[in-house]
Amino acid sequence: MSLEQPRQPDAGVTPEGDLDYDELADLLGERVLDREEHINAEGFVVRPDEVEDTLSTLKQEAGFDHLSCVTAQDYQDRYESIYHLKKYDDPTQELSVVVPTTRDDPTSESAAGVFDTADWQEREAFDLVGVDYEGHPDPRRILLPETWQGHPLSQDYNQDKPQIVPLREHANPTEERTNVPQESDTMFINIGPHHPATHGVLHIKTTLDGEQVADIDPDVGYLHRCEEQMCQQSTYRHQIMPYPDRWDYISAGILNEWAYARAAEDMADLAVPEYAQVIRTMSAEMCRIAAHLLAVGTFALDIYGDFTAIFMYAIRDREVIQNLLEDLTGQRLMFNYLRLGGVAWDLPEPREEYFESVRDFLDEWPSRLEEYHNLLTSNELFQMRVVDTGILPPEEAKSYGATGPVARGSGVDYDLRRDDPYGYYDQLDWDVVTDEGCDNFARASVRLQEMEESARIIEQCVDLLEDWPEDERDIQSNVPRTLKPEPDTEIYRAVEGAKGELGIYMRSDGTDKPARFKIRSPCFCNLQTLPVMAEGEYIPDMIAALGSLDIVLGEVDR
Amino acid sequence: MSKNELHDTLDQAQSTQEARMGEGVDSRFNSKLREAFGSTPFILTKFDQFMNWVRGSSMFMLLFGIACCSIEMMHTYAVKHDLDRFGAGVPRASPRQADVIIVPGTIVSKFAPRMKRVYDQMPEPKFVVSMGSCTISGGPFQEGYNVIKGVEEVIPVDIHVPGCPPRPEALIYGIAKLQERIANGETSPVTVKPYELEQFGDLEQDELVTKLADQVDEDDLVMRYNWADSA
Repeated sequence: MSLEQPRQPDAGVTPEGDLDYDELADLLGERVLDREEHINAEGFVVRPDEVEDTLSTLKQEAGFDHLSCVTAQDYQDRYESIYHLKKYDDPTQELSVVVPTTRDDPTSESAAGVFDTADWQEREAFDLVGVDYEGHPDPRRILLPETWQGHPLSQDYNQDKPQIVPLREHANPTEERTNVPQESDTMFINIGPHHPATHGVLHIKTTLDGEQVADIDPDVGYLHRCEEQMCQQSTYRHQIMPYPDRWDYISAGILNEWAYARAAEDMADLAVPEYAQVIRTMSAEMCRIAAHLLAVGTFALDIYGDFTAIFMYAIRDREVIQNLLEDLTGQRLMFNYLRLGGVAWDLPEPREEYFESVRDFLDEWPSRLEEYHNLLTSNELFQMRVVDTGILPPEEAKSYGATGPVARGSGVDYDLRRDDPYGYYDQLDWDVVTDEGCDNFARASVRLQEMEESARIIEQCVDLLEDWPEDERDIQSNVPRTLKPEPDTEIYRAVEGAKGELGIYMRSDGTDKPARFKIRSPCFCNLQTLPVMAEGEYIPDMIAALGSLDIVLGEVDR
Repeated sequence: MSKNELHDTLDQAQSTQEARMGEGVDSRFNSKLREAFGSTPFILTKFDQFMNWVRGSSMFMLLFGIACCSIEMMHTYAVKHDLDRFGAGVPRASPRQADVIIVPGTIVSKFAPRMKRVYDQMPEPKFVVSMGSCTISGGPFQEGYNVIKGVEEVIPVDIHVPGCPPRPEALIYGIAKLQERIANGETSPVTVKPYELEQFGDLEQDELVTKLADQVDEDDLVMRYNWADSA
């Protein structure tokens, strides 16, 4: 990576670049109580009071600098937290740290001292499953209201019990203001949960010192619609697939479906025909363009109220892409197009006509992009607002587990399409876009350039599909009608969604439904970096930073 | 004129008012002027009809995004579908300037009190379009532990637009229907709303309330969800 000094090779890596789990186990010594086999990686079982030591050794000496996900779950006899570790340099090198605790006293040491991202992830684990994290800096609920009773994803939760939710935060805004001490220059304001600049139902508790942001506390959970529970009570084969469309709902449906498809296909060892992979790749990149377009359009709307030009242009171009996707999948927004082992159906007939409309879009695209560059990146107004505001240094980005355009805008060269290849990406010619500006401008510019790369990918896919022999157009491999993976198979798999690394952890229990389904949401982790970017800045710069993060509340709250 | 006769005339006037209002017109459409007059002279009747036509032809929508449906709602406002063509397309950021609230997405327990507050802040007469399956029944998330089974559990709804999400055309159709109704002075009956904002102190003292007593103040507004009843 360009920003880093050359350093010693990590411990536990063979000269070929593979992980040597025995060496890693030796590195941790007696802290490893047991070793488990997960499909993606080995799991080292450690004591609940040695979490911080273990993780910090792995981070410092073995180079595991990316805490991708924290999964909590409960078994009949124990609670378990799993820390899914990866490396930003090579995300195929994975390791899980499994921390079991007893049912009577589910207390486990917090990892927030080693990885900043563990802060929110452990809060979520506490909120939904009920594992207590000792030494956690901020042990509050995160998705559910503070007065909630019970932990809904634990086994003994009764969903029919009544709950009481207070409306305290916003009871009387003027009263809040008069409560501020007279001499003090600080002011507390609520932004959201109903506010146009928050891109949905996000609530930001902001403390201002004069006009500067002194403290900021994003309050999420206003769209927590139990996606994990829904997936846990649905069957692998068909019932889960519609839900991913609704995580990141900015037309990024196929990217999300792919996250589930990839995890489930690897878990059940299903093959996908190459032809289907090309269609997946093409449609996924169309989704990426649509998602980035909305990000760029609303960003312009946020920072200088450009409702008439950029926003409308972006919506106009989205309509074009949505038409292409509708022709392919039958839906404008919630595609439900991928199937385990393939896709739902072939390209629409007549094929030539479809290819022609895709090519029309691609021919027009460079001039459209140039227009966006004229209106945004080379616009002085825009530059004044976003250059050198919302700084996110690469080391902080990594520690907070930022991925996607947010990480790439901080110079972190991390893209799962290239680094952990899936689909047809490794056989196509395209580049990962990074920008070392670390500011709001860099993130917006990365998105604009990524759309260019996506168009390149689509073009190559169309070329491939046009020449594909007619008798080899398999869209679906043989998949059993009812899918029942071996009991206690565990997998964590991620794809590059529109906002970053979208991962899914699944554990099977021998039935046709997953026993635990955990979604690693890129937006959830990216949003955690907001205080880093915004504290000390002015309020409008905070809004710009929030816009440049491009969060989708459906995916933050799940 | 005797006292009795005067009384009869008043009675008559009142029933005329009722007769002129017709069925299906509720108090939301009554102007202050009409109330002051007590009866409905011809010119005011025409004025009311005129006002209804005006209301239907120039609706200010609340800029209110919740979930997936709000993306389709944005597309409905913007180019190609351009809701403004139908006199209903200027989104207002403040509820105090809006007549219509489109509820575009899943309502969860934490958000319902806030939505109720936003709805309460809108001036009368106000209308609600519920967009998407989630706002009708909870949709695909109906079985979720945190999901309100339809927006009608919290606020009254005039028009339901089904779909997941509804296409912009469907939303436009729903809004056109609402405009038609408003112009005719019709509204839907207000249905039962089991979930209300109330003061914590007024709640029935049961196990849950006693447990939360030290976390919530007596005069805090709360919403109590009896999940078992609403399924």
